[in-house]
Amino acid sequence: MLGMPTLPPPAPRGVGHLRGDESFPAAARHALADTQLRANLGHATRTIRAKRASVVAELPDWEELREAGRQLKVHTMAHLPDYLEQLEAAVTARGGVVHWARDADEANRIVVDLVKAKGVDEVVKVKSMATQEIALNEALEAAGVSAWETDLAELIVQLGHDRPSHILVPAIHRNRSEIRRIFLDEMGDVDPDLTDEPAVLAGAARLHLRRKFLSAEVAISGANYAIAETGTIGVVESEGNGRMCLTLPKTLITVMGIEKLVPRYTDLEVFLQLLPRSSTGERMNPYTSMWTGLTPDDGPQEFHLVLLDNGRTQVLADAEGRDALNCIRCSACLNVCPVYERAGGHAYGSVYPGPIGAILSPLLTGVEDNASLPFASSLCGACYDACPVKINIPEILVHLRARHTETYAEEHRAPSAEAVAMRTLSYVMRSPLRWTLALRSGRFGRLLGRRRGTIGEVPLPVVKQWTETRDLARPPQQTFRDWWADTHSGDPS
Amino acid sequence: MKIGLLITCLADAMFPDVGRATVAVLERLGHTVAFPAEQSCCGQMHVNTGYQKAALPLVERYADVFAPYDAVVAPSGSCVGSVRHQHGLVARRFGSTGLQDAVTDVAGKTYELSELLVDVLGVTDVGAYFPHRVTYHPTCHSLRMLRVGDKPLSLLRAVDGIRLVDLPDADQCCGFGGTFAVKNADTSTAMMTDKMRHVLDTGAQFCSAGDSSCLMHIGGGLSRIRSGVGTVHLAQILAATRDRPYAVDQAHATTLEGRA
Ligand code: SF4
Repeated sequence: MLGMPTLPPPAPRGVGHLRGDESFPAAARHALADTQLRANLGHATRTIRAKRASVVAELPDWEELREAGRQLKVHTMAHLPDYLEQLEAAVTARGGVVHWARDADEANRIVVDLVKAKGVDEVVKVKSMATQEIALNEALEAAGVSAWETDLAELIVQLGHDRPSHILVPAIHRNRSEIRRIFLDEMGDVDPDLTDEPAVLAGAARLHLRRKFLSAEVAISGANYAIAETGTIGVVESEGNGRMCLTLPKTLITVMGIEKLVPRYTDLEVFLQLLPRSSTGERMNPYTSMWTGLTPDDGPQEFHLVLLDNGRTQVLADAEGRDALNCIRCSACLNVCPVYERAGGHAYGSVYPGPIGAILSPLLTGVEDNASLPFASSLCGACYDACPVKINIPEILVHLRARHTETYAEEHRAPSAEAVAMRTLSYVMRSPLRWTLALRSGRFGRLLGRRRGTIGEVPLPVVKQWTETRDLARPPQQTFRDWWADTHSGDPS
Repeated sequence: MKIGLLITCLADAMFPDVGRATVAVLERLGHTVAFPAEQSCCGQMHVNTGYQKAALPLVERYADVFAPYDAVVAPSGSCVGSVRHQHGLVARRFGSTGLQDAVTDVAGKTYELSELLVDVLGVTDVGAYFPHRVTYHPTCHSLRMLRVGDKPLSLLRAVDGIRLVDLPDADQCCGFGGTFAVKNADTSTAMMTDKMRHVLDTGAQFCSAGDSSCLMHIGGGLSRIRSGVGTVHLAQILAATRDRPYAVDQAHATTLEGRA
């Protein structure tokens, strides 16, 4: 329609890390075969899970807090354009510059131009999901700028030429002897007698990073939240590297997804309680840094805020999927997810792994670009229980499954075998007569597995995937309804 | 009270014993149950696989068939979960306002077996006898969608002769998840393997649960490795008495002997 503003597009292809090269089941297969990886993951998630459960149990009002967090988010999303404008005005009033980026390409271009204008070839970075999402490091690299990750786990991933596999603990898939190897091979200036003691490893990283902190002129960060009312941006972290980046360099560039907004300063009261307990199982996070525009002669003297859409407006337009934007990236859903624990973060093919990734990535890219993700869940519901802002992940998964099958049906003339099966089943099941007949004819299955009473491997589609590792019970002589008819036929029903 | 019986499609076709056991328990307690033969599946399989429109006629049928009853009971946590949490979803998307109301109404009186027994009928001791070592897997949908809590366990604890042993990591999903078991067969198997290890660690003769589908999955794995451990639905334990003990089926009996 003429004059109607069009929705910004979904996250574009060819840039960023939201899509995998393989489907989830294929990618999971590699992780499942890697016993070391499975042991690392199982151990790590189990430890965080236990820690989280105990600190959550300490709070008598945890459920009220969750509800408060949810409502704050729902309210903010319902009024997002207004709050964003309020934020822009507040940041500008305090001497910051606000940039709007429709997608990953635009955001990368903005940041690269800002860095180039400073004439530097090195920047320090605070761990940030948004810049991972748009592959900012790669864009900077292409422009001849080295971006140094300063979060310990993120540094391990970067030095290991690896990809993060967890929102909060990006190197969760690595154990300490692997980390020692990476440091020895990649750090250059590291003591060759380095041991794999966590404290020794952290010490080596600290030495390595200190030089970067002291020399860097430009820092790039993400944001855990932005306060519309005051224009304050906040980052929480636990190593202190973030604080160094946010205070030492002359120029600070923050890239933030447009959903990371809270209306008022006092709203932090809720999120600063929900986040650390859900994510690291701590009562409080060690470092909370907040800045509001510029302060003369203190901290950065130039501040840029890049507001990133990259598909978020599309998510907002999806009434059933919208709640995915409420995510505060605590990673609690990953740590309780049995699928994540086995398949690992890389299987999700996106910087957002686990249950939240299974909904957020397809929502940002369009479901057809990540069509296997909504099915990468047994719908056990553990994620929904753990989520500090009560995102009903199972329900959104089911919604996205429907969107996928419906989109597929619209785009293909011939229905998939699965669609035919589902429709046929529905047709048969909605008629008691047809269903009874189908059940009777189904008893040909009794021919199979006559010897043991169970059915072993059967090389038929679907049945094969089932019977590879599981026996199938042999269908019984009589269905329930036939038994009922025999025994209760005179009954009223 | 007029109690309607929902026999899930899986129980109807593959595990009629579970349906018979449900009837037996309720009749023994003096209740009459009705099995309206016009019923079919709850549509969960369709919704979970992404075919909500195909589920619509099944949702309509459910609301229609069970409207006249005071309570509806099913020996399946996941099907009751579907009725309570998915029927409304489908009705809102594709159905009329009339259907939405009907669905809400019938969902409010649909119970999983342990809920009906404990909450509605107010019994925990149903007079059962089951002299075996049993461990109980709570199943995700009973645990999280229905929040049945320890209702099944309180029913089991009251069973005469039973030796109930705790299942380690009981709240972990067994990896079934409907079509998940086929679409993500490798991950599903990895989850099942851990569940089986925990079951075997308990030394139980039977793994029990309130859902035939999870039991089909866990039992299929236990059978494949010739573990000698059987699966039994909660309803089957509750239906067994001294006069009519649970018939340990032939295949299972052999493997049990082999194990001893
Ligand atoms: S979806 Fe919820 S649990 Fe998962 S990371 Fe986001 S806020 Fe945390």
